[in-house]
Amino acid sequence: MAAQKKFMMITSKGTLDWAYPPFILGSTAAALDMETSIFFTFYGLNLLLKDLNMKATPTANPAMPMKMPFGPKWFQGINWPIPNLVINNVPFFDNFVTLLLKKTFKNHGVASIPELRDICVEAGVKMIACQMTMDVFGYTKDDFIDGIEFAGAATALEIGSSSDMQFFI
Amino acid sequence: MNVKQELDCRGMNCPLPILKTKKAIDALGAGDVLKVTATDPGSCNDMDAWSRRTGNPIVDKSEGNGEYVFFIQKG
Repeated sequence: MAAQKKFMMITSKGTLDWAYPPFILGSTAAALDMETSIFFTFYGLNLLLKDLNMKATPTANPAMPMKMPFGPKWFQGINWPIPNLVINNVPFFDNFVTLLLKKTFKNHGVASIPELRDICVEAGVKMIACQMTMDVFGYTKDDFIDGIEFAGAATALEIGSSSDMQFFI
Repeated sequence: MNVKQELDCRGMNCPLPILKTKKAIDALGAGDVLKVTATDPGSCNDMDAWSRRTGNPIVDKSEGNGEYVFFIQKG
């Protein structure tokens, strides 16, 4: 067996699409016997909330493919050219996009965010909420899942300095 | 080969086959063999990487009809 590696991530984004990388990498790193830590800061704090209610939006994500998760294969393959005028102005368009994204991930056999997060918790991935952004955004410890820690930049850097890999997401 | 347990990961995508394999192998004893069946083409390379990192060797593998079969021995 290879020597144990240490892996840490700082995750700063709180939309549904960006919730996948830290939880996929975190759960997989734990499965590879890596000692894994995730520091959640800014909008990344959303990923630790008891009540996960993340959405995805094509706004400011111009490369997001707009595909339909139902119908025949040729239909699902179409990348719909939806104008920014619609994306940015149709009410609740983000809800529609979120629904499509969730369905598409499910169709392809990808685990959901709550599932991946549960696996991270179960596998002992160390999760740290940024105390400062928590205070700024008005969260309390009760808003978050159990078993996490609360700390700041010095803790993140200390973990990073002793890790073999450091990612910023 | 003495297959102790079988794991069906058909239809699952990255990283589920790896996560399920890890969980299953943890529950086995040293020397036991786990048979994993997957349909995710990415699992081919991923299973090799996982095996190298965790020290659980893949003693045999095969591919056919869009399915990938791995026999993993607990190290």
